[in-house]
Amino acid sequence: MSGPNSSYDPVQVTPLGEEQVFAMRDEALAAIEAAADLEALKQVRSDHAGDRSPLGLANREIGALPPQARKDVGMRVGQARGAVNQALAARQEVLEEAAEEQMLLTETVDVTLPWDRRSRGARHPITTMSERIADTFVAMGWEVAEGPLVEAEWLNFDALNLGADHPARTMQDTFWTEPAENHVVLRTHTSPVQARTMLTRTPPIYVVCPGRVFRTDEYDATHSPMFHQVEGLVIDEGITMAHLKGSLDHFAQATFGEGITTRFRPSYFPFTEPSAEVDLICFVCRGSGLNETGDATCRTCRGEGWIEWGGCGVVNPRVLVACGVDPERYTGFAFGMGIDRTLMFRHGVEDLRSFFEGDVRFSRAFGTEI
Amino acid sequence: MKAPVSWIREYVDLPADVSVEDLAARLTALGLKLEALEKPGADVTGPLVVGRVLTMDPEPQKNGKTINWCTVDVGAANGTGQPQGIVCGAHNFAPGDLVVVVLPGGVLPGGFEISERKTYGHLSAGMICSAKELGLGDDHSGIIVLPADAGEPGDSVREYLLLDDDVIEFEINPDRAYALSLRGVSREAALATGAMFTDPAARNVPAPNGEGYPVEIDDLEGCPVFVARTVSGFDPTASTPRWMARRIQLAGMRPISLAVDVTNYVMLEMGHPIHGYDADKLQGTVRVRRATPGEKLTTLDDVERTLDAGDLVVVDDSGPIGLGGVMGGATTEMSDATTNIMVEVASWDPVSMFRTGKRHKLSSEAGKRNERGVDPTIPEAAADRVVELLVEHGGGTAGPGVTKVGTAPTSPVVTIPASLPARITGMDIEPATVIENLTAIGCNVDGDETLVVVPPPWRRDISDPFDLVEEVARIVGYENVPSVLPPAPAGRGLTQGQQLRRRVGRTLAGAGYVEVLTFPFVGPEAFDTLELGADDVRRTALRLANPLSAEAPLMTTTLLPGVLETLARNVGRGTTDVAIFEAATVTLPHVGIASPILPVDRRPTEGEWDDLNKALPDQPLHLALALTGDRDPAGWWGGGRPVSWSDPIETVREVAAALGVEVEIRTGSAQPWHPGRCAEVFAGGRSLGHAGELHPRVCKALGVPARTAVAEIDLSALLELAVAVAPAPEFSTFPVAKEDVALQVAVEVASEDVAATLREGAGPLCESVRLFDVYTGEQVGAGQKSLAFALRFRAPDRTLTEAETGEARAAAVALAAERHGAVQR
Ligand SMILES: [Zn+2]
Repeated sequence: MSGPNSSYDPVQVTPLGEEQVFAMRDEALAAIEAAADLEALKQVRSDHAGDRSPLGLANREIGALPPQARKDVGMRVGQARGAVNQALAARQEVLEEAAEEQMLLTETVDVTLPWDRRSRGARHPITTMSERIADTFVAMGWEVAEGPLVEAEWLNFDALNLGADHPARTMQDTFWTEPAENHVVLRTHTSPVQARTMLTRTPPIYVVCPGRVFRTDEYDATHSPMFHQVEGLVIDEGITMAHLKGSLDHFAQATFGEGITTRFRPSYFPFTEPSAEVDLICFVCRGSGLNETGDATCRTCRGEGWIEWGGCGVVNPRVLVACGVDPERYTGFAFGMGIDRTLMFRHGVEDLRSFFEGDVRFSRAFGTEI
Repeated sequence: MKAPVSWIREYVDLPADVSVEDLAARLTALGLKLEALEKPGADVTGPLVVGRVLTMDPEPQKNGKTINWCTVDVGAANGTGQPQGIVCGAHNFAPGDLVVVVLPGGVLPGGFEISERKTYGHLSAGMICSAKELGLGDDHSGIIVLPADAGEPGDSVREYLLLDDDVIEFEINPDRAYALSLRGVSREAALATGAMFTDPAARNVPAPNGEGYPVEIDDLEGCPVFVARTVSGFDPTASTPRWMARRIQLAGMRPISLAVDVTNYVMLEMGHPIHGYDADKLQGTVRVRRATPGEKLTTLDDVERTLDAGDLVVVDDSGPIGLGGVMGGATTEMSDATTNIMVEVASWDPVSMFRTGKRHKLSSEAGKRNERGVDPTIPEAAADRVVELLVEHGGGTAGPGVTKVGTAPTSPVVTIPASLPARITGMDIEPATVIENLTAIGCNVDGDETLVVVPPPWRRDISDPFDLVEEVARIVGYENVPSVLPPAPAGRGLTQGQQLRRRVGRTLAGAGYVEVLTFPFVGPEAFDTLELGADDVRRTALRLANPLSAEAPLMTTTLLPGVLETLARNVGRGTTDVAIFEAATVTLPHVGIASPILPVDRRPTEGEWDDLNKALPDQPLHLALALTGDRDPAGWWGGGRPVSWSDPIETVREVAAALGVEVEIRTGSAQPWHPGRCAEVFAGGRSLGHAGELHPRVCKALGVPARTAVAEIDLSALLELAVAVAPAPEFSTFPVAKEDVALQVAVEVASEDVAATLREGAGPLCESVRLFDVYTGEQVGAGQKSLAFALRFRAPDRTLTEAETGEARAAAVALAAERHGAVQR
């Protein structure tokens, strides 16, 4: 078998025989098959398919052959090279796949390693609950009104039909500021925001005001000198108690789920007349007063089937007059609930103080939305 | 208000099918809110019988007490008919007396089970009961000795003792003063059940005459009516009938003596307070007037009170003898020797009552009713009833004289359209229903379309048309109010400020901070602990007149005391890595004007509105941050990163960035920060606050871990600077040219200043300047530091040449050299 002619002289070449070409090809194919990894295959490529490989050299010789031999030999060598290149590509693919598999195998980690690189932040549930409530009303077209915590006595009381000699003033234990003759208080309810709203906007008014309020209550599991309320106020033409009921039913369902509506009981507030207490169908037992298994009273409503939620009523025309709203043309309604209290029964918070202790574990349980 | 149902039944023929629970529910629906349902007597079960004491042997004990070993005839109640052996500790009885015996198997209040037991060397089979042991009052002075007519030994004694009843306790709203009486509650019970009501105040009373006790009223506004009656020859030792004592007790008051009990009983019955005087202690004409300032009166509670010109007093020739309508005086008090009684039933001005009660911090059953307003037309009936009961149970003779001074004020006339209740409640209420319901509560109603309504005298709360609407609505039933959503106009959604506050909260939660809410109350000590200077504005705080704690009388001017206390609490509970924030208002008082108390019959003028608001302190929203422990905890990935002074500064930047505000950080100096680790935050040309590491002394004083880092900024001011509508950025897509610059400067030069200078010096081609390394040490020498900045250059319209970039860089370095003495390294 004639080997590759290294001192190549085109004039002297004789055409390669069929067997010779086949032998070169088969040798190359065997080497390809034997290549164990990508590195070995690279060597094989150079040895058997490179310019200086037997087939490479044979290919270069073709040009020097006599025209009648070129065609035959060209075809033979071309076919052989084609077969080798194809085999190389196939082998390349196989080896690459194997190499990748191997790499992935060696890179395997224990993904169960804990990954608590940064402790989670959270917003306060009172904040998120206030926002949730605000969103419920904003979705109905209402707006969110706000006012100062340190407030004028006149706005906190007098404008709301709570004159200095009104017995109901003693119902609300007020923090007074010094000097007393300045008539400035810590607001005892969010109602002064209603007065402010009426005094600064023109009807129709549809607002909700969540906020912080203060009363001189000793701090214990159910009382706090600081707590949070949400009040609603609507002033428009033709407003009735039915609109109040509709708004509260919607609010209750948005907060506690489908079918959880309210009932009214006659009550007394100086700023509303008629006035009502608002009870909510217990969202746990859905009014049955029984626990899940039906053999004991429901813990949430203590067997009542109803939960006391807040107060409401038709805005007293005296309040409208003091706040510059024409009582002949407009009527309105107002309501108020405790946000802290709402959270307590909605989420089963046992102790009011949990809200104000600031233990990060408490707020974290509620995340960033509620 | 506690109302025994047996007492209600006296005035209302309650239908048999209405249970007590049902009645309570119906009354709640009418506005008398059920507070509690009590079943007195229900906690006494088992055999409770009449017993006759047969023998009684006193046996002194080692402990000094003497017990009585008794045998008691309990008839057949014990099943044997044999005398029952019982040990008794009381001594107020004798053989032959009838007593109350609970036999083994019985249970007394408190779950106290009676059984045969060995005690003091005897087998005691039962117990001889005192009133207190049966829940019949406070009397524990001895056992109950029954009168001869109580029954035969072995008879059940429950009925005789009036043990069993139902008591409904109501929470009475301030507008329903009439319901602070059985008369009022029963009237509502009749309304709730449709049953007939018999008014206890409807009595035939003797006409006033000139023979009664002399009374004069100087202030008819303060005291429009004064009725006086007398009883002479009263037996002060007569005891209160059991039914009366039991009712008084069930109504929540304490039986005291017959004379006092009768006045209390009639008050509970009719709702009108009554005062009884020892007539022998009165001197001359009784007169009602306003007190002279400084006048003294010792009231029944033995407190000497200095009177105010606004107080209404009852006086005689000796001076003040009572604080009219609120509390009687000590000098004319009825005692256990009183035989001649003068009964006063007077109507008082509610506002004066309220003020006097508040002024003297006096709260009494009488005051509670008088300040809410009682029926001014019934003093004669009430006085007559008192006289009747005193004479019936205490002997004596009713004086022939009947004094009545003044006349009852008339009820206001209220006019309403008959359609108003329907228009306000949204219920279909026919005019006929309106008239019917108003009549049912005692109103006099005239007209058909427009109703002229005179409320009954016991409803002094009714003065406005809307008051009548409520009356009609509660009878029609609040449960009939339909549920209709109001047609709100399109709203504008949350304001920008409201949205931005939410964004701040979310940004901080995203950065790993937990929100806390703290009380705004602090004491000056809190400011001392923060080492605030004597003239620090934060020491000027609004003071509360009635703080909950004397140690915390101020409304805080800074959120730091609250967040640091909260941080310490978390650390104390074992949470060592803490990052918390609070966003709340602080109170910054300014030299204030008084907030006016404006009229309420019109809207405030613009000037008045301004005054109202000017009187209030500034209440900006602040943001406080506090961190301790590791900011990034250690783990399998490597060591943790402890909280550093830089964390709160970075967070302030983050918050500002979320609002689209660029803040500038400068070297700061403020308490309570570490003097060398305090940054002052600026934006929009003003200082917003500080951030950095807490002063080590303050850490120690507060008990928070060393190196705790804090920030407090004026969030209101930051929110004002927030970008409402962010403009789209313009940026070049040509290649960037990067240049690094290392500058050596004195250590006290702020890197932020150098960066700003480089930015300025590099000119408009400079896209950004970023500090990427700080080096201090031998290579730069003492008092020096090396700052390494990465500068990026880019032109909007072309690829920059090396020459252009080099020139800009050189200009930047030159300006830094000029401004900060920076040397390029
Ligand atoms: Zn329930």
